Amino acid sequence: MEQIIGKQSVEFENPAHIIAGASIVGKKEGEGPLGSLFDLVGDDYLFGEKTWELAEGALQREAAQIAIGKAKLESWQIRYVFSGDLLEQIIATSFGLENLQIPLFGIYGACSTVGEGLSLASMIVSGGFARYVLAIASSHFGSAEKQFRFPLGYANQRPLSTTYTVTGSGAFVLAKEGGKCKIAGITSGKVVDFGVEDSMNMGACMAPAAGDTIYQNFIDFNRSPQDYDKIITGDLGYVGQEILIKLLKDKGFDISQQHTDCGIEIYDRETQDTHSGGSGCGCAATTLSAYILPKIESGEWKKVLFVPTGALMSKISFNEGESVPGIAHGVVLEHC
Amino acid sequence: MDDLKKKRNKDYNDYVKQVTPTHSLPLNMCKAFLVGGIICIIGQAITNFCLNADMEKDVAGGWTSLILILCSVLLTGLNIYPSIAKFGGAGALVPITGFANSVAAPAIEYQKEGQVFGIGCKIFTIAGPVILYGIFSSWVLGLIYYILTKVGVF
Repeated sequence: MEQIIGKQSVEFENPAHIIAGASIVGKKEGEGPLGSLFDLVGDDYLFGEKTWELAEGALQREAAQIAIGKAKLESWQIRYVFSGDLLEQIIATSFGLENLQIPLFGIYGACSTVGEGLSLASMIVSGGFARYVLAIASSHFGSAEKQFRFPLGYANQRPLSTTYTVTGSGAFVLAKEGGKCKIAGITSGKVVDFGVEDSMNMGACMAPAAGDTIYQNFIDFNRSPQDYDKIITGDLGYVGQEILIKLLKDKGFDISQQHTDCGIEIYDRETQDTHSGGSGCGCAATTLSAYILPKIESGEWKKVLFVPTGALMSKISFNEGESVPGIAHGVVLEHC
Repeated sequence: MDDLKKKRNKDYNDYVKQVTPTHSLPLNMCKAFLVGGIICIIGQAITNFCLNADMEKDVAGGWTSLILILCSVLLTGLNIYPSIAKFGGAGALVPITGFANSVAAPAIEYQKEGQVFGIGCKIFTIAGPVILYGIFSSWVLGLIYYILTKVGVF
């Protein structure tokens, strides 16, 4: 069977299985609609650490340990870990995973990181290069605000198109067999830039990238939206969702029935004051682990196209007047 | 960039503008008026109190600024000022209390990066431009005033 299909996709002959998923989140996420589904909810945002950056590292470490425990493995049995976060030089990953002593591939895909990690991990497992691989992603409201926006205490009015960075980390153990969810295929995304310069409207920056990847997935796999029970993007929020549905309608696909977005699911915008929704690597990662994965494992959803989205924003290029490019990685998850 | 891509980006940006929700301007202006007004009333009350205590006008003004700054810094530390600004917008940002907040917030946030490279280097990351261009524009205006007095306009 040919595994390389279409322009950007792979359909695995021996798909990797997600045998365990773990999620840990902050207080605000714990108070949201998915609150009871997470494995661990922190009492505060520091998780026993001194700084936001170390706290984010602790999130990754905790998530990894819970996932490894759920898979009934020891950390030495994990061959590789793919992990990333939003911070410069992905320091949360380095600090968080040092004590696990597992060979690490650090990755950066902004908020699409979990999709990138799962894609690479599934190829490694499917290719027979490792028995067990870990994929992790994290974000933290405090560290992200500090790096990309303002100090937390700074008083300002957030535009309605902004999203709220999720404090949380999701970790997944992939293996050749076991579990009830397999990664049947992937559609890897290109950098897509429609020239949006407003970093306070990341949904609009990323929607074209999500549209591009989802469209390519339909073409490469010769599928239509009806072939999926759900098409779930990472953190487009309400603004990005509207744009994505329109962009794909223009290309002849109506995903309005199947589509939802992790950024929409994770918060209640009426009571939690999160405007357009949630964002950050942790948004897609924790929602996948707590909300999507159990539904696939139970068979309620048989086939899901999971598309974490990333706004490849740098504060420097933003100040230099450049636009915010987007990227989105498609992962086809199937009940098995 | 070719023209086709330029046109695509322009069309997309126009469309994004249409579908992106924004705060209601008249409502925001009312809230700003209310919050800014309240801060000014408090300032006036402090000034009146000082004047009644037989202070010179300049001294009373100095005390008013100092007390407002102190209140703003305290409210920033207690994480209350951001909520005031979230409601009041420019009404909370433009008065001296907003300026104090923009200095106190980085001081709190960057304290973990050390006294020199943290607080020292970054305390004016937000207020810095206001200070620089404020001083620069007053220098320019002073220069114009000086020239006008020399040529006998004033």
